[in-house]
Amino acid sequence: MGNIDNANREAYARMDKGNPELTGIVYAKDVLPGIDKYTIGHAGPPVKWEDMCGPLKGAVLGAIRYEGLCETDEEATALVESGKIKFRHNHSVDCVGPMTGMITYSMPLFEVTNLSFGNKAFCTFNEGLGKVMRFGANGPDVIARLKWLENSLAPAFQKALALRGSINLKVIMTKALAMGDEMHQRNVAASSLFVREIAPALTEVVDDKAELVKIMTFITGNDQFFLNLAMAASKSVADTIKDIPCCSIVSAMSRNGTKFGVKVSGLGDRWFEADCLMPKGLYFPGYTAEDGNPDIGDSAICETYGIGGFAMGGAPAVVRFVGAESVAEAVEFSNDMLEICEGVSSQLQMPPMDFQGIPMGIDIRKVVETGLLPVINTGVAHKQAGIGQVGAGIVRAPMDCFTQALMAFAEEVLPQEVLLQEVGA
Amino acid sequence: MANQVNSLFSGRLAVANMGLEVFATACHDQQTPCVHVEWKPAAGGNQQLMELLSKLKNF
Repeated sequence: MGNIDNANREAYARMDKGNPELTGIVYAKDVLPGIDKYTIGHAGPPVKWEDMCGPLKGAVLGAIRYEGLCETDEEATALVESGKIKFRHNHSVDCVGPMTGMITYSMPLFEVTNLSFGNKAFCTFNEGLGKVMRFGANGPDVIARLKWLENSLAPAFQKALALRGSINLKVIMTKALAMGDEMHQRNVAASSLFVREIAPALTEVVDDKAELVKIMTFITGNDQFFLNLAMAASKSVADTIKDIPCCSIVSAMSRNGTKFGVKVSGLGDRWFEADCLMPKGLYFPGYTAEDGNPDIGDSAICETYGIGGFAMGGAPAVVRFVGAESVAEAVEFSNDMLEICEGVSSQLQMPPMDFQGIPMGIDIRKVVETGLLPVINTGVAHKQAGIGQVGAGIVRAPMDCFTQALMAFAEEVLPQEVLLQEVGA
Repeated sequence: MANQVNSLFSGRLAVANMGLEVFATACHDQQTPCVHVEWKPAAGGNQQLMELLSKLKNF
């Protein structure tokens, strides 16, 4: 076995061993390095204001108002253009956020610890569906909901976790996969299982009955509540394979709505970028593909781990929601992803595929060789700022990310004489 | 050689098709048994990438 194969086996072993657990509710201001009220974390690889897509700009303006730095979008735009706002991508500080991925100073975060390795990852709370900041909406109702998450729901979760102890996410994810979730666009089982864990403690720690009802109504009324936990869990696993010498396994995939970025274990923190593609899928009544923004969000960390589009064969109920045609097609997606991965999970299994483990550890060599591109299940944001979600669908990672990464990887690992040697010579 | 080709088409054909599916469809349309094998050239036929993959496979 060669150097690369050995490195890849090590990466796969680490991913399979990953054991994410929800260990706390924290605030960005308390845990993220160098953050102040003028710092805004966003999804995807780094992007400048002038290159941001509509929904990302909409979310940024909302986030500035959420932090109380100004009251109108015009004032917020002026603040950005003055250069006072510091943008940074979430992956640079152990974070992920769905769609636009806004993470600011006052926001509460899930703290997930990978018990097998001790590293932590963070993600915001899920706001629900429709007009929400992660899809670029930024009206007063959006800001008010975020403030309620910050001031009511998050403190209640903090107290509940302190009372009942941490919650193992791998157990929930394993069960939810067996119940038909792929945990990117379908989280109904995982969200329900999570509520079963947290609800008894919530009833103990929230004295105001009306507020308790509001909290319970919110978390039980949002099928996607678990998505953000699945993302933090995936991030905590994927981060353990960073910087393995000679390793060609993907350690992160993410999109900022303009560029799709891929990181490779053996190539450190470099992003390999290409234009985001348009998801193909179903649009809500009144909207068409013309309204959709190209692919956006840190949530492709799910597929980096092996859930989401990679686990479609285990989630037949999500097939129509994301615009696929048949259960057979969903199985085919997972089978294709098996061809580009190093191994399969020994615990996360797909019952409809005879308990096949989810594909785990995307090898850039296999992607380029086979032409099979990672498949991602995703929501679709309106391309204009301030509107929100308009659909859901399936999208592929762009091939250019992988061909660029492969060429850089060859330069990194191959001795110069081998790199320059003609094949067959 | 010509006789061999003629005998091929005068008998019952059993076809294994690789690559372009349109040939398999044509066989099926003519009620000729055909197994289709999905196949594409490595790296979409890009010579530079194929060479890199070959080197990386052995490292």
